[in-house]
Amino acid sequence: MVEGTEPMSERERILGRIREALKGRAPLPGHHGEVVENFAGPERETFSQWLPAVGNTKKAKFEAFAKASADLKTDFRHVADEATMIRELRSVAKEEGWIKVASHHTDLTDMACGKLGLPTLWTDGGYDVNEMESCDVGISVCDALVAQTGTIVLTSRTGGGRALSVLPPHHVVLAHSKQMVRDLPAAFALLKERFGDGFPSMMTLITGPSRTGDIERILVLGAHGPKKLTVLCHD
Amino acid sequence: MSSPVSQFKTDATAKAGDLRHRGLIQTALRKYEIVRDVRKGAFQDWEQARQSAAETKFFAINHLDTHLVEFAEKLEARGTKVHWASTASQAREIIGGIIKQKQAKSVVKSKAMTAEEIHLNPALEKLGFEVVESDLGEYIVQLREEAPYHIVFPAMHLTRAEISDLFHNKLGSPETHSPEELTMIARDALREKYITADIGITGANFAIAETGMISVTENEGNARLSAALPKTMISLLGIEKVLPKLEDLALFLPMLATAGAGQQITCYNTMYGGPRQADECDGPEEYHVVLLDNRRTELLADPEQRDALHCIRCGACLNVCPIFRNVGGHTYGTTYSGPIGSVITPHLRGLQDWKHLSNSSSLCGACTETCPVKIDLHHHLLHNRRNASAGKPSVLERLAYRIYAIAVNTPGFWGLGKRIGRLAYPFARFFSGTIYDPARAWTKTRDLPPMPGQSFKEWWKERNR
Amino acid sequence: MKVTLFVPCFMDACYPKVGISIVEILERLGHEIECPEEVVCCGQPAFNSGYWEESRVICRKVLKQLERAEAVVIPSGSCGAMLKVFYPELFKGEPEEAAANDLAARTWEFSDFLVKRLGVTDLGAKFEGKATFHDGCHGLRELKTKDSPRRLLEKVEGLELVEMEAAETCCGFGGTFSAKFPMISTAMGEVKCSSANETGADWMVSNDSSCLMHLQGLLDRQGNPLKTIHLAEVLAQR
Repeated sequence: MVEGTEPMSERERILGRIREALKGRAPLPGHHGEVVENFAGPERETFSQWLPAVGNTKKAKFEAFAKASADLKTDFRHVADEATMIRELRSVAKEEGWIKVASHHTDLTDMACGKLGLPTLWTDGGYDVNEMESCDVGISVCDALVAQTGTIVLTSRTGGGRALSVLPPHHVVLAHSKQMVRDLPAAFALLKERFGDGFPSMMTLITGPSRTGDIERILVLGAHGPKKLTVLCHD
Repeated sequence: MSSPVSQFKTDATAKAGDLRHRGLIQTALRKYEIVRDVRKGAFQDWEQARQSAAETKFFAINHLDTHLVEFAEKLEARGTKVHWASTASQAREIIGGIIKQKQAKSVVKSKAMTAEEIHLNPALEKLGFEVVESDLGEYIVQLREEAPYHIVFPAMHLTRAEISDLFHNKLGSPETHSPEELTMIARDALREKYITADIGITGANFAIAETGMISVTENEGNARLSAALPKTMISLLGIEKVLPKLEDLALFLPMLATAGAGQQITCYNTMYGGPRQADECDGPEEYHVVLLDNRRTELLADPEQRDALHCIRCGACLNVCPIFRNVGGHTYGTTYSGPIGSVITPHLRGLQDWKHLSNSSSLCGACTETCPVKIDLHHHLLHNRRNASAGKPSVLERLAYRIYAIAVNTPGFWGLGKRIGRLAYPFARFFSGTIYDPARAWTKTRDLPPMPGQSFKEWWKERNR
Repeated sequence: MKVTLFVPCFMDACYPKVGISIVEILERLGHEIECPEEVVCCGQPAFNSGYWEESRVICRKVLKQLERAEAVVIPSGSCGAMLKVFYPELFKGEPEEAAANDLAARTWEFSDFLVKRLGVTDLGAKFEGKATFHDGCHGLRELKTKDSPRRLLEKVEGLELVEMEAAETCCGFGGTFSAKFPMISTAMGEVKCSSANETGADWMVSNDSSCLMHLQGLLDRQGNPLKTIHLAEVLAQR
């Protein structure tokens, strides 16, 4: 707490002003909107119907994710099985000339990093930031893939912390095809279902490699986060 | 110091005639319009999405007290310290106090318009802290020692050549006209700052009441780094940022990106709800959330314009505004420019000092049409004009309208007026555009309309005689 | 049908041909026209400047004069929006609220009246030249008048209609705005004219003479050969 202030009193002052202000009823949005009593709020189950369309079959979802990935310049590879995924990972490692990787412990990442056979910084339980900065890649799992937008969902609890997916110049996500959800409403429903009892301190939606358009609105990849994003997904 | 109105008029006149500026902004915003339309077109129903978004924000704002309490309590339950600031100076004191207490040296900051609003950087620098803006556009304008030009595109008024010169002069980097190389220069310069900074400051795009989390929308990853590496994290946000439910983001994240930048969704959308938890491997040891009023409750107390608090700061109304496109962002002299700035600044900083922004509009309504949360922007400009005239009328203008009312309500008077006009017309043409011309505001750049010998009403009378 | 024609103040004085053209068109279609002598201005200048009380003085008179009109036709999207959209707001909670709502329902912008009320698009008009249409903002966004003028122009023999990129961008007139902030207004006008020029059109047509007054003044001053004309004048030519 900051010395000399009483946060409670300021809190009560602000809330008091809000309650006073809300005594006057506002009209519903739009010009000449009506003032209604007890407006119940939006119908959230309709949100999916307004957002961009995605088919509900596995094929439609993977096609949508692949198309979004191509637009975003995400390297997305959908492969038959775990063994093929490891082969793909090794070929990326070779192409990029990785010397050192960063990852977190899960069955999948333990196995994958073991097969890579490179020095590995494990984030679990804490790590040295300078050491992570020197890694060529951060390898993580995720909570979900979102077909509608080509988005990866992960959290600080399940994705190796806050920095692993954003500090190294390349982020590789290892996923299972069952993790593909149709759209953003489904992704948030999944987060609520999975973490409703106690949310992690950070949950993030990653959609493509880091980018900026701040110079003449021209797209440049790798502004501060990873220049490359690879998603390897197996059936 | 010149008054806001005279500064606005001077700068607007200069910028409106600056063809280089006009070309730069028109080109950039045309690019935006094309991608925005593609993204809007991908929605199954953009208009219904707007309606749902407007209703969600309406509900959030009209139950602001309960939503804020829920938001704060959930955050606190996860070990976050929530601060409440009624004024800008309180918010600066709170943040300055935290930094002092931590004996911090350097602060890395990601884009936050609320921080611009309370002039946080100069205040912290005065206390002796180095504050580094990490968003590329913000970093550029910080190096130039100027305010952001646009709430979403802070450096859109600059060419790559100007940015190259800037980096060359301030960072000693080699000159280059490649946006990629320029971005990498900034990336390298800022890497070290993230790793050594003691404090990370962010803003927030949304505050989720249900889960007690803020949501930060960005493309570069700078906010994520600011929230990952420093030992202390501070988020500053206005009290109007609330959304009731987590799933509301499913609608708002793509709408913000579509309206703001023509993206389906931005690269990183991250929810933060506390400091590092026991089962987590990194993140700040302390997390502070500062909730700012700064006269938002005054806007809340005006039911007619309360929907201005629905604003999600996407910048879409700036992008389509022909005034903004011709005078540019700096001319406004405000934190929030464009139509939304013209609507809310009189509430945040005083109606009589800032009413000129509401007058400086053709009321074309392009802003209202594009607003993703359906704020009745251009009509609120009319409401501000009405309130300003009611509070402190211009004696001359009111007199003119009173005489005009008599003139048009009295047919003989109107007929006489037309005849006088016709008599004066040849002389008016003679003086047209000169400093002796009472209609110079019009005639300096435009010819007078014609004044034919017979008006419509005279023709009609003659015909039906 | 008995049509009450409301020719707004500045059109009465500066652009009588627009009103005359409408009288010709509507009479040709077999309608009876009346033009109340005492209806001059819709009250918008005072309203838009924030002087609502002063504006009400004018608007009350308009309400009274048009009380019994079957259909009020206005050849301006802007003045039309004043009657249809802003009178109800101006008189909300005032004794004239019901009368304002009632008049709003009986008021028509000229092109909407032809297309949506009368169901007419082909007036047998002939007009040689290439034209682009400027959407006045009030007509476009307050009255949602977008298709009607285009459907009418498409039927004009000899006229080639081309869309400009900035068709829906404000021309910069904005009433008193054009005099209070003349340089912003001028810059906006220049953007509009250059978009119209890009189409190669000879004519810029609109259903709002106020926009055209500003644009023609600018074109004349700059020696730009593009010409402006009100929709009604095009439709009256045979």
